[in-house]
Amino acid sequence: MSAHSTAIEVSSKRGVWGGGNEPLKASYGKLMMWFFLLSDIFTFAAFLISYLAIRVSYPAYAGAAETFTGSNEYWPVPELVFEALPFLHGVHAPLIFVGIMTFILIASSVTMVLAVEAGHRNDRDDVVKWMLWTLLGGITFLSCQAWEWSHFIHGTDNGSLLTYVNGLGQNVTETVFGANLMVNEYGPAAFAQLFFFITGFHGFHVTIGVFLLFLCFYQAAVGVYDKRGHYEMVEKIGLYWHFVDLVWVFVFTLFYLI
Amino acid sequence: MEVQDTKSTLQVAPRNEEKIKKIWKTAFILLAITVAEFIMAFTMDRGILLYSLFILLTIWKAKYIMMEFMHLGEEAKPLFYSIIVPLIFLVWLVIALVKEGSDIFLMRW
Repeated sequence: MSAHSTAIEVSSKRGVWGGGNEPLKASYGKLMMWFFLLSDIFTFAAFLISYLAIRVSYPAYAGAAETFTGSNEYWPVPELVFEALPFLHGVHAPLIFVGIMTFILIASSVTMVLAVEAGHRNDRDDVVKWMLWTLLGGITFLSCQAWEWSHFIHGTDNGSLLTYVNGLGQNVTETVFGANLMVNEYGPAAFAQLFFFITGFHGFHVTIGVFLLFLCFYQAAVGVYDKRGHYEMVEKIGLYWHFVDLVWVFVFTLFYLI
Repeated sequence: MEVQDTKSTLQVAPRNEEKIKKIWKTAFILLAITVAEFIMAFTMDRGILLYSLFILLTIWKAKYIMMEFMHLGEEAKPLFYSIIVPLIFLVWLVIALVKEGSDIFLMRW
Protein backbone atom coordinates (compact mmCIF):
# COMPACT_ATOMS: atom_id res chain seq x y z
CA MET A 1 0.00 0.00 0.00
CA SER A 2 1.36 3.47 -0.87
CA ALA A 3 2.41 5.86 1.90
CA HIS A 4 -0.15 8.45 0.77
CA SER A 5 -3.14 6.22 1.17
CA THR A 6 -5.85 7.69 3.41
CA ALA A 7 -8.20 4.74 3.25
CA ILE A 8 -9.09 3.19 6.59
CA GLU A 9 -7.92 -0.34 6.64
CA VAL A 10 -10.66 -2.77 7.51
CA SER A 11 -9.25 -5.82 9.11
CA SER A 12 -11.19 -8.78 10.34
CA LYS A 13 -9.91 -8.01 13.84
CA ARG A 14 -12.14 -4.90 14.12
CA GLY A 15 -15.04 -7.02 15.28
CA VAL A 16 -18.79 -6.62 14.94
CA TRP A 17 -18.95 -3.38 16.95
CA GLY A 18 -15.86 -1.78 15.41
CA GLY A 19 -17.88 0.29 12.96
CA GLY A 20 -18.43 0.08 9.25
CA ASN A 21 -21.10 -2.58 9.48
CA GLU A 22 -24.56 -3.22 10.96
CA PRO A 23 -24.07 -5.12 14.21
CA LEU A 24 -27.82 -5.54 14.72
CA LYS A 25 -28.35 -6.56 11.07
CA ALA A 26 -31.40 -4.31 10.82
CA SER A 27 -31.96 -1.03 9.01
CA TYR A 28 -32.24 2.30 10.84
CA GLY A 29 -36.00 2.47 10.30
CA LYS A 30 -36.65 -1.00 11.62
CA LEU A 31 -34.46 -0.45 14.69
CA MET A 32 -36.22 2.81 15.52
CA MET A 33 -39.61 1.14 15.10
CA TRP A 34 -38.53 -1.56 17.58
CA PHE A 35 -37.32 0.95 20.15
CA PHE A 36 -40.45 3.06 19.74
CA LEU A 37 -42.51 -0.06 20.33
CA LEU A 38 -40.45 -0.89 23.42
CA SER A 39 -41.27 2.54 24.88
CA ASP A 40 -44.92 2.06 23.93
CA ILE A 41 -44.92 -1.33 25.66
CA PHE A 42 -43.89 0.46 28.86
CA THR A 43 -46.64 3.05 28.44
CA PHE A 44 -49.35 0.44 27.98
CA ALA A 45 -47.89 -1.77 30.69
CA ALA A 46 -48.06 1.14 33.14
CA PHE A 47 -51.74 1.69 32.28
CA LEU A 48 -52.70 -1.96 32.45
CA ILE A 49 -50.81 -2.67 35.67
CA SER A 50 -52.45 0.42 37.22
CA TYR A 51 -55.78 -1.12 36.23
CA LEU A 52 -54.78 -4.30 38.06
CA ALA A 53 -53.72 -2.33 41.15
CA ILE A 54 -56.95 -0.33 41.30
CA ARG A 55 -59.00 -3.44 40.66
CA VAL A 56 -57.51 -5.32 43.62
CA SER A 57 -58.03 -2.27 45.85
CA TYR A 58 -61.84 -2.72 45.49
CA PRO A 59 -63.93 -5.65 46.70
CA ALA A 60 -65.01 -8.01 43.93
CA TYR A 61 -68.66 -8.85 43.30
CA ALA A 62 -69.26 -12.05 45.23
CA GLY A 63 -72.95 -12.86 44.65
CA ALA A 64 -74.66 -15.06 42.06
CA ALA A 65 -74.52 -13.93 38.43
CA GLU A 66 -78.33 -13.84 38.08
CA THR A 67 -78.71 -11.27 40.86
CA PHE A 68 -75.92 -8.95 39.69
CA THR A 69 -76.65 -5.25 39.89
CA GLY A 70 -74.09 -2.55 39.28
CA SER A 71 -72.86 -0.68 42.36
CA ASN A 72 -70.00 1.66 43.17
CA GLU A 73 -69.30 -0.44 46.26
CA TYR A 74 -67.65 -3.30 44.38
CA TRP A 75 -65.88 -4.03 41.10
CA PRO A 76 -68.23 -5.57 38.49
CA VAL A 77 -67.80 -8.96 36.82
CA PRO A 78 -66.87 -8.19 33.18
CA GLU A 79 -69.03 -10.89 31.58
CA LEU A 80 -72.08 -9.27 33.22
CA VAL A 81 -71.17 -5.80 31.93
CA PHE A 82 -70.07 -6.58 28.38
CA GLU A 83 -72.92 -8.79 27.28
CA ALA A 84 -74.74 -6.89 24.53
CA LEU A 85 -74.75 -7.41 20.76
CA PRO A 86 -75.62 -4.94 18.02
CA PHE A 87 -79.07 -5.44 16.44
CA LEU A 88 -80.03 -7.94 19.16
CA HIS A 89 -81.46 -5.78 21.90
CA GLY A 90 -81.99 -7.48 25.25
CA VAL A 91 -80.16 -10.67 24.33
CA HIS A 92 -77.78 -11.82 27.07
CA ALA A 93 -74.59 -12.75 25.16
CA PRO A 94 -71.68 -12.43 27.59
CA LEU A 95 -68.37 -11.50 25.97
CA ILE A 96 -69.54 -12.65 22.51
CA PHE A 97 -69.09 -9.25 20.87
CA VAL A 98 -65.65 -8.65 22.35
CA GLY A 99 -64.71 -12.19 21.31
CA ILE A 100 -65.62 -11.30 17.72
CA MET A 101 -63.53 -8.12 18.00
CA THR A 102 -60.54 -10.12 19.23
CA PHE A 103 -60.97 -12.56 16.37
CA ILE A 104 -61.08 -9.69 13.83
CA LEU A 105 -57.89 -8.13 15.18
CA ILE A 106 -55.99 -11.44 15.25
CA ALA A 107 -57.19 -12.16 11.69
CA SER A 108 -55.95 -8.78 10.51
CA SER A 109 -52.60 -9.52 12.14
CA VAL A 110 -52.43 -12.76 10.15
CA THR A 111 -53.16 -10.99 6.85
CA MET A 112 -50.53 -8.39 7.78
CA VAL A 113 -47.84 -11.02 8.27
CA LEU A 114 -48.87 -12.55 4.93
CA ALA A 115 -48.36 -9.10 3.34
CA VAL A 116 -44.89 -8.92 4.93
CA GLU A 117 -44.10 -12.37 3.51
CA ALA A 118 -45.23 -11.19 0.06
CA GLY A 119 -43.06 -8.09 0.49
CA HIS A 120 -39.99 -10.25 1.03
CA ARG A 121 -40.70 -11.81 -2.35
CA ASN A 122 -41.29 -8.40 -4.05
CA ASP A 123 -44.73 -9.68 -5.04
CA ARG A 124 -46.73 -6.49 -5.55
CA ASP A 125 -50.07 -8.18 -6.27
CA ASP A 126 -49.94 -10.24 -3.07
CA VAL A 127 -48.84 -7.27 -0.96
CA VAL A 128 -51.75 -5.18 -2.27
CA LYS A 129 -54.23 -8.01 -1.71
CA TRP A 130 -53.17 -8.73 1.88
CA MET A 131 -52.80 -5.05 2.78
CA LEU A 132 -56.37 -4.51 1.64
CA TRP A 133 -57.61 -7.34 3.88
CA THR A 134 -55.62 -5.94 6.82
CA LEU A 135 -57.05 -2.48 6.22
CA LEU A 136 -60.55 -3.93 6.15
CA GLY A 137 -59.89 -5.76 9.44
CA GLY A 138 -58.61 -2.57 11.06
CA ILE A 139 -61.63 -0.52 10.00
CA THR A 140 -64.03 -3.26 11.13
CA PHE A 141 -62.34 -3.42 14.52
CA LEU A 142 -62.60 0.36 14.95
CA SER A 143 -66.29 0.28 14.03
CA CYS A 144 -66.91 -2.47 16.58
CA GLN A 145 -65.13 -0.44 19.23
CA ALA A 146 -67.24 2.61 18.38
CA TRP A 147 -70.39 0.54 18.97
CA GLU A 148 -68.94 -0.92 22.17
CA TRP A 149 -68.23 2.58 23.52
CA SER A 150 -71.61 3.88 22.47
CA HIS A 151 -73.35 1.03 24.27
CA PHE A 152 -71.17 1.47 27.35
CA ILE A 153 -71.95 5.21 27.48
CA HIS A 154 -75.71 4.87 26.94
CA GLY A 155 -76.11 1.92 29.27
CA THR A 156 -78.81 -0.64 29.90
CA ASP A 157 -82.60 -0.25 30.05
CA ASN A 158 -82.82 -0.44 33.84
CA GLY A 159 -79.68 1.34 34.99
CA SER A 160 -78.55 1.06 38.60
CA LEU A 161 -79.64 2.87 41.75
CA LEU A 162 -76.52 4.49 43.15
CA THR A 163 -75.51 6.93 45.86
CA TYR A 164 -72.59 9.07 44.78
CA VAL A 165 -71.01 12.51 45.06
CA ASN A 166 -71.92 14.57 42.00
CA GLY A 167 -69.97 17.34 40.28
CA LEU A 168 -71.26 19.97 42.72
CA GLY A 169 -70.00 18.00 45.71
CA GLN A 170 -73.52 16.91 46.75
CA ASN A 171 -74.44 13.42 47.87
CA VAL A 172 -77.17 12.17 45.53
CA THR A 173 -79.10 8.91 45.24
CA GLU A 174 -80.60 8.26 41.83
CA THR A 175 -80.86 5.75 39.04
CA VAL A 176 -77.80 6.05 36.81
CA PHE A 177 -77.82 4.99 33.17
CA GLY A 178 -74.64 4.27 31.25
CA ALA A 179 -71.26 5.74 32.05
CA ASN A 180 -69.30 8.97 32.11
CA LEU A 181 -66.15 10.05 33.90
CA MET A 182 -68.06 11.01 37.09
CA VAL A 183 -70.32 8.02 37.64
CA ASN A 184 -71.37 4.82 35.89
CA GLU A 185 -74.03 2.18 36.43
CA TYR A 186 -71.58 -0.75 36.27
CA GLY A 187 -69.14 -0.16 39.12
CA PRO A 188 -66.89 2.37 40.85
CA ALA A 189 -66.10 5.57 38.90
CA ALA A 190 -62.55 4.30 38.36
CA PHE A 191 -63.94 1.35 36.36
CA ALA A 192 -65.36 3.55 33.57
CA GLN A 193 -62.45 6.00 33.77
CA LEU A 194 -59.94 3.22 33.18
CA PHE A 195 -62.12 1.68 30.46
CA PHE A 196 -62.34 4.96 28.55
CA PHE A 197 -58.71 5.82 29.03
CA ILE A 198 -57.09 2.48 28.19
CA THR A 199 -59.37 1.25 25.39
CA GLY A 200 -59.38 4.83 24.09
CA PHE A 201 -55.60 4.98 23.99
CA HIS A 202 -55.54 1.60 22.28
CA GLY A 203 -58.21 2.74 19.81
CA PHE A 204 -56.09 5.81 19.09
CA HIS A 205 -53.20 3.51 18.20
CA VAL A 206 -55.51 1.47 15.96
CA THR A 207 -56.64 4.67 14.22
CA ILE A 208 -53.03 5.70 13.52
CA GLY A 209 -52.42 2.12 12.37
CA VAL A 210 -55.30 2.30 9.88
CA PHE A 211 -53.84 5.50 8.40
CA LEU A 212 -50.43 3.83 8.09
CA LEU A 213 -51.98 0.71 6.55
CA PHE A 214 -53.76 2.83 3.97
CA LEU A 215 -50.55 4.69 3.16
CA CYS A 216 -48.71 1.41 2.76
CA PHE A 217 -51.49 -0.11 0.65
CA TYR A 218 -51.58 2.94 -1.62
CA GLN A 219 -47.81 3.16 -2.05
CA ALA A 220 -47.56 -0.53 -2.80
CA ALA A 221 -50.40 -0.31 -5.32
CA VAL A 222 -48.91 2.59 -7.31
CA GLY A 223 -45.47 1.00 -7.37
CA VAL A 224 -43.50 3.24 -4.98
CA TYR A 225 -41.84 0.25 -3.34
CA ASP A 226 -41.00 -1.34 -6.68
CA LYS A 227 -39.22 1.86 -7.64
CA ARG A 228 -37.45 1.94 -4.28
CA GLY A 229 -36.27 -1.60 -4.83
CA HIS A 230 -37.56 -3.13 -1.60
CA TYR A 231 -40.74 -3.58 0.46
CA GLU A 232 -39.27 -2.81 3.87
CA MET A 233 -42.00 -0.27 4.67
CA VAL A 234 -44.52 -3.13 4.74
CA GLU A 235 -42.38 -4.79 7.38
CA LYS A 236 -42.09 -1.65 9.54
CA ILE A 237 -45.79 -0.86 9.42
CA GLY A 238 -46.39 -4.56 10.04
CA LEU A 239 -44.39 -4.34 13.28
CA TYR A 240 -46.61 -1.49 14.45
CA TRP A 241 -49.79 -3.32 13.51
CA HIS A 242 -48.75 -6.50 15.34
CA PHE A 243 -47.99 -4.37 18.37
CA VAL A 244 -51.57 -3.05 18.34
CA ASP A 245 -52.75 -6.67 18.32
CA LEU A 246 -50.31 -7.52 21.12
CA VAL A 247 -51.70 -4.76 23.33
CA TRP A 248 -55.28 -5.84 22.61
CA VAL A 249 -54.47 -9.36 23.81
CA PHE A 250 -53.58 -7.87 27.21
CA VAL A 251 -56.52 -5.43 27.23
CA PHE A 252 -58.82 -8.37 26.49
CA THR A 253 -57.48 -10.41 29.40
CA LEU A 254 -57.48 -7.60 31.96
CA PHE A 255 -60.75 -5.87 31.08
CA TYR A 256 -62.92 -8.70 29.84
CA LEU A 257 -61.68 -11.86 31.51
CA ILE A 258 -60.33 -10.95 34.97
CA MET B 1 -48.22 11.21 -7.81
CA GLU B 2 -48.06 9.64 -11.24
CA VAL B 3 -49.31 6.11 -11.43
CA GLN B 4 -46.42 3.98 -12.48
CA ASP B 5 -46.14 0.72 -14.31
CA THR B 6 -48.72 -1.73 -12.99
CA LYS B 7 -46.34 -4.59 -13.61
CA SER B 8 -43.70 -5.33 -10.99
CA THR B 9 -40.24 -4.33 -12.12
CA LEU B 10 -38.52 -6.41 -9.45
CA GLN B 11 -37.81 -10.10 -9.59
CA VAL B 12 -40.81 -11.79 -7.95
CA ALA B 13 -39.92 -14.89 -5.98
CA PRO B 14 -42.38 -17.80 -5.73
CA ARG B 15 -44.50 -18.17 -2.61
CA ASN B 16 -42.71 -19.74 0.33
CA GLU B 17 -45.37 -22.35 1.13
CA GLU B 18 -43.57 -23.55 4.26
CA LYS B 19 -43.50 -20.04 5.74
CA ILE B 20 -47.16 -19.43 4.86
CA LYS B 21 -48.14 -22.73 6.46
CA LYS B 22 -46.31 -21.70 9.64
CA ILE B 23 -48.19 -18.36 9.70
CA TRP B 24 -51.56 -20.11 9.54
CA LYS B 25 -50.45 -22.59 12.19
CA THR B 26 -49.55 -19.71 14.54
CA ALA B 27 -52.90 -18.07 13.82
CA PHE B 28 -54.64 -21.32 14.71
CA ILE B 29 -52.70 -21.58 18.00
CA LEU B 30 -53.64 -17.98 18.93
CA LEU B 31 -57.28 -18.70 18.17
CA ALA B 32 -57.21 -21.96 20.17
CA ILE B 33 -55.73 -20.22 23.24
CA THR B 34 -58.38 -17.49 23.02
CA VAL B 35 -61.17 -20.07 22.80
CA ALA B 36 -59.66 -21.91 25.79
CA GLU B 37 -59.66 -18.64 27.78
CA PHE B 38 -63.29 -18.12 26.83
CA ILE B 39 -64.31 -21.56 28.05
CA MET B 40 -62.35 -21.10 31.28
CA ALA B 41 -64.08 -17.77 31.93
CA PHE B 42 -67.45 -19.52 32.05
CA THR B 43 -66.61 -22.87 33.62
CA MET B 44 -64.01 -22.15 36.33
CA ASP B 45 -64.51 -20.43 39.66
CA ARG B 46 -63.19 -16.89 39.87
CA GLY B 47 -60.08 -16.62 41.98
CA ILE B 48 -56.36 -16.33 42.06
CA LEU B 49 -55.87 -19.65 40.18
CA LEU B 50 -58.04 -18.62 37.22
CA TYR B 51 -56.49 -15.15 37.06
CA SER B 52 -52.96 -16.56 37.10
CA LEU B 53 -53.89 -18.98 34.31
CA PHE B 54 -55.34 -16.11 32.27
CA ILE B 55 -52.18 -14.06 32.63
CA LEU B 56 -49.92 -17.01 31.78
CA LEU B 57 -51.99 -17.82 28.68
CA THR B 58 -51.87 -14.15 27.65
CA ILE B 59 -48.08 -14.05 27.95
CA TRP B 60 -47.97 -17.26 25.94
CA LYS B 61 -50.03 -15.59 23.19
CA ALA B 62 -47.79 -12.50 23.35
CA LYS B 63 -44.78 -14.77 22.82
CA TYR B 64 -46.30 -16.17 19.63
CA ILE B 65 -47.15 -12.70 18.31
CA MET B 66 -43.67 -11.32 18.99
CA MET B 67 -41.70 -14.37 17.83
CA GLU B 68 -43.72 -15.52 14.81
CA PHE B 69 -45.56 -12.42 13.58
CA MET B 70 -42.99 -9.77 14.44
CA HIS B 71 -40.08 -12.14 13.65
CA LEU B 72 -38.21 -11.05 16.79
CA GLY B 73 -36.71 -14.53 17.08
CA GLU B 74 -35.05 -14.11 13.68
CA GLU B 75 -33.36 -10.80 14.58
CA ALA B 76 -29.72 -10.59 15.67
CA LYS B 77 -29.21 -11.67 19.28
CA PRO B 78 -28.18 -8.20 20.61
CA LEU B 79 -31.38 -6.70 19.18
CA PHE B 80 -33.46 -9.55 20.57
CA TYR B 81 -32.06 -9.10 24.09
CA SER B 82 -32.24 -5.29 24.00
CA ILE B 83 -36.01 -5.65 23.47
CA ILE B 84 -36.67 -8.56 25.85
CA VAL B 85 -34.39 -7.80 28.82
CA PRO B 86 -35.89 -4.35 29.70
CA LEU B 87 -39.28 -6.05 30.06
CA ILE B 88 -37.98 -7.68 33.26
CA PHE B 89 -38.73 -4.37 35.00
CA LEU B 90 -42.42 -5.00 34.39
CA VAL B 91 -42.31 -8.08 36.61
CA TRP B 92 -41.37 -5.85 39.52
CA LEU B 93 -44.01 -3.28 38.59
CA VAL B 94 -46.72 -5.97 38.72
CA ILE B 95 -45.53 -7.22 42.13
CA ALA B 96 -45.20 -3.71 43.58
CA LEU B 97 -48.54 -2.36 42.35
CA VAL B 98 -50.60 -5.45 43.16
CA LYS B 99 -49.17 -5.39 46.69
CA GLU B 100 -49.97 -1.68 46.92
CA GLY B 101 -53.51 -2.29 45.67
CA SER B 102 -54.21 -5.06 48.16
CA ASP B 103 -52.88 -2.91 51.01
CA ILE B 104 -55.22 -0.10 49.99
CA PHE B 105 -58.02 -2.67 49.98
CA LEU B 106 -57.21 -3.70 53.56
CA MET B 107 -57.11 -0.11 54.77
CA ARG B 108 -60.26 1.03 52.99
CA TRP B 109 -62.68 -1.88 53.57
